[in-house]
Amino acid sequence: MRERLVLVGNGMAGVRTLEELLKLAPDRYDITVFGAEPHPNYNRILLSPVLSGEKTPEEIVLNGRDWYESHGITLHTGAPVTTLDRARRRVVAADGTEAGYDRLLLATGSRPVRLPIPGSDLDGVVTFRDIADVESMVAASAKGRRAAVIGGGLLGLEAAHGLRERGMEVTVVHLADHLMERQLDAEAGGMLQQSMAERGIAFELSAKTEAVLGEEAVSGIRLADGRTLEADLVVMAAGIQPEKSLAEASGLHCERGVVVGDTMQTFDPRVYAVGECVQHRGATYGLVAPLFEQAKVAANHLAELGSGRYEGSVTSTKLKVSGIDLFSAGDFEGDEDTESMVLHDAASGIYKKLVVRDNRIEGAVLFGDTIDGSWYFELLRDGTDISDMRDQLLFGQAHVGDAGHGEGGRVAVMADETEICGCNGVCKGDITKAITEKGLFTLDEVRAHTKASASCGSCTGLVESLLAFTVGEGYDETPRKKAVCGCTDYSHDEVRAAIRDHALKSIPEVMHFLEWKNEDGCTKCRPALNYYLLCEWPGEYADDPASRFINERAHANIQKDGTYSVVPRIWGGVTSPAELRAIAEVAEKYEVPTVKFTGGQRIDLLGVTKEDLPHVWADLNAAGFVSGHAYGKAVRTVKTCVGQEWCRFGVQDSTNLGIELEHMAWGAWTPHKVKLAVSGCPRNCAESTIKDLGVVAVESGWELHVAGNGGTKVRAADFLTRVDTAEEVKEYTAAFLQLYREQAHYLERTAHWVERVGLAAVRERVVDDAETRRALADRFAHSQGYAQNDPWRAHAESGDQRSYIPIKEVTA
Amino acid sequence: MSESQWMEIGALADIPPRGARVVRTELGDIAVFRAADDAVFALDDRCPHQGGPLSQGMVLGHRVACPLHNWQIELGSGEAVAPDEGCTRRHPVRVEDGRVYLAPDTGGAAEAARSVETES
Repeated sequence: MRERLVLVGNGMAGVRTLEELLKLAPDRYDITVFGAEPHPNYNRILLSPVLSGEKTPEEIVLNGRDWYESHGITLHTGAPVTTLDRARRRVVAADGTEAGYDRLLLATGSRPVRLPIPGSDLDGVVTFRDIADVESMVAASAKGRRAAVIGGGLLGLEAAHGLRERGMEVTVVHLADHLMERQLDAEAGGMLQQSMAERGIAFELSAKTEAVLGEEAVSGIRLADGRTLEADLVVMAAGIQPEKSLAEASGLHCERGVVVGDTMQTFDPRVYAVGECVQHRGATYGLVAPLFEQAKVAANHLAELGSGRYEGSVTSTKLKVSGIDLFSAGDFEGDEDTESMVLHDAASGIYKKLVVRDNRIEGAVLFGDTIDGSWYFELLRDGTDISDMRDQLLFGQAHVGDAGHGEGGRVAVMADETEICGCNGVCKGDITKAITEKGLFTLDEVRAHTKASASCGSCTGLVESLLAFTVGEGYDETPRKKAVCGCTDYSHDEVRAAIRDHALKSIPEVMHFLEWKNEDGCTKCRPALNYYLLCEWPGEYADDPASRFINERAHANIQKDGTYSVVPRIWGGVTSPAELRAIAEVAEKYEVPTVKFTGGQRIDLLGVTKEDLPHVWADLNAAGFVSGHAYGKAVRTVKTCVGQEWCRFGVQDSTNLGIELEHMAWGAWTPHKVKLAVSGCPRNCAESTIKDLGVVAVESGWELHVAGNGGTKVRAADFLTRVDTAEEVKEYTAAFLQLYREQAHYLERTAHWVERVGLAAVRERVVDDAETRRALADRFAHSQGYAQNDPWRAHAESGDQRSYIPIKEVTA
Repeated sequence: MSESQWMEIGALADIPPRGARVVRTELGDIAVFRAADDAVFALDDRCPHQGGPLSQGMVLGHRVACPLHNWQIELGSGEAVAPDEGCTRRHPVRVEDGRVYLAPDTGGAAEAARSVETES
């Protein structure tokens, strides 16, 4: 018999847990759900647009009754659970319905605070929590004229906006001296108040409500200073409290909320809890993103996978009042050890404040222009070193060369045909359609279904805005810790550390040790693991071709018609008539349809069939060529200019240095492709400043630039240092490449890696500390001892042609 | 669907584990896959998306990832894994005493090759 799982609370956190659980273990439990409200599961976040009349209650349903039916879930609505009997493992609802459980999931949410003042139970006093509340507010707005909203926080302001949209005269009464004091500083709070005042909402700040007035129905409120305000409707939006009464009555340990550990278990191991009712590491959450993270972890444990841990969340807030753009995240006040960066343009109604500690963002408040909210939030969560972009930071991501973020207001007015994702040609309409029709909630889901932002990622902000705009804030923000892929919860760094610390030496060992969820992994993790093992255990780890993409397996680039392109290595881009003749002969002999120069000064033979590859290689080997690795996550090319020997401006023997660098670095496997260049003078004809590592000759020696790239997003390289001799260039280059090999995540270009760890951290090891630099360069040289085998020749010598020819040819 | 003859195509050991080999026929290439558990599958060597050679893809459990755009195809059914949609034709295949036998399905080639990706 299957185990019985009972969910108490039919809200967003509980049902999200069920969804995650059904994905992991669809048949493990017989599931019963109790919901206090008469509705199926709906998106509570979108109650504000329902109140203002922008959406109907039907439009915010997340899972209709057919969803429960199709998953065999028994649903009791309008049935609040009144008894939890943990000794006999059963729950009883108000209507007498009973259910026994083997495991119980509490997701009772929170309840709005009703102020303990006279008259708070009068007819016409409502809270703002569920559909019934919204219905009574809508009904009241049809009859009455005046509304008082107690509480100038997120909920109170959204209620005020909704009621104003419904034509009421609204006054917000707030205890603190500025609005949303838990999310905004006084400056931004003041600007928000002004914007809302322009929409006709009145405010009473630093004002305490002493009593609600009226006989049976509400007639007004009285403030502590003795003044009275007339009102036909009073909305209490003075905060929420975790709904823990059921848990408490059953003897479960509760403090402010139901106390859970990192596995989302309460003190009774059979009872899990998620959502607003929960207290985790002393914190309670009222926003949806953390609740979804909790849901993932609870589902993981309910499915008995036992690997997920919830470690708390950093949250951000946006206000859902159309036309007012407001963003807040982290610690926005700061203390004596932080610095504030502020941009305040009162005339345009723009205010931006970043709180920075040790060159890392700790908090952000944005008003009027929130385009960069998600970018700042990402920098905050990742703890990115911002020292190199300080001067541009407040102007936004577009100014640091990473264009494309959008805001709710901007995506709202876009036409459906507006292209959002240039890489994959995805328009706004495609995305909103996929979100609504397929019920998407997360960025990853949108990427999987539409491919939008799945390539260069520069439209990620726009897609997130579209998600936020289409589903409200129900969308999952990118998790704080990025797992390698869906096969594991561990991050790249954790996987690398495990390989090193536990001497794991094969892909199956890593997957077993770290309890991989998919036995065979996926196209993301297998190549990554293969690389990490190769990098950690040079000479010891045997490369796994089955975990490499076809290009690296076939040592050539697959083209869209299934043929391959072959690029022989031409050291430093310097060739000879004999070499050119050999290439020409190969091209003619194998009828290569296209011969082309690449951007990296190499010759590309395009359209070679797979069966011809070994023959083409053999002929090129015979002429002295080795593979150009144009297909690999590897050191690709060293580009050079003509240099001192010919150029009248040349100041050093740069061409030969380029050739020597290529002889040193070729064959190295790296997290992503690596391109180098050496220019003979600051005119920089070899384009060194958009390379992963670029060398520029100057009168006094050599400048080293790192972490540049062309491609989808151009990034000019950062100046690393200046050295005197060519030998030093080689040592620094080897050290830089090795640091990149050891630190970067697989498929992370040097640009992204340096942005993540900070240029200072790279400089510290490669420039400032000679000992570390030499150790890095030595490790690179050691690894190269095993890596510099021409794969073409290795293949020819093995004599095994099997993977290049059909196993059989059949003629009828 | 038309009947076809079983034919021996070679030894199981000639197909790399988590890999594939191609059988060349007059009606097009057929990819014969060997999963990590030595289960063997045969599909047209064409991804339903843009005709990429599936035999060159990475084999993950009982799925293959197309080398061109990383569509995932179920080896057992030939169906693309959601969110992608499409299907590649299957061919009967079996292993006996370490030898691999294939019975190419010679019908419905045009249908099997159709692409159903929606334009955007």
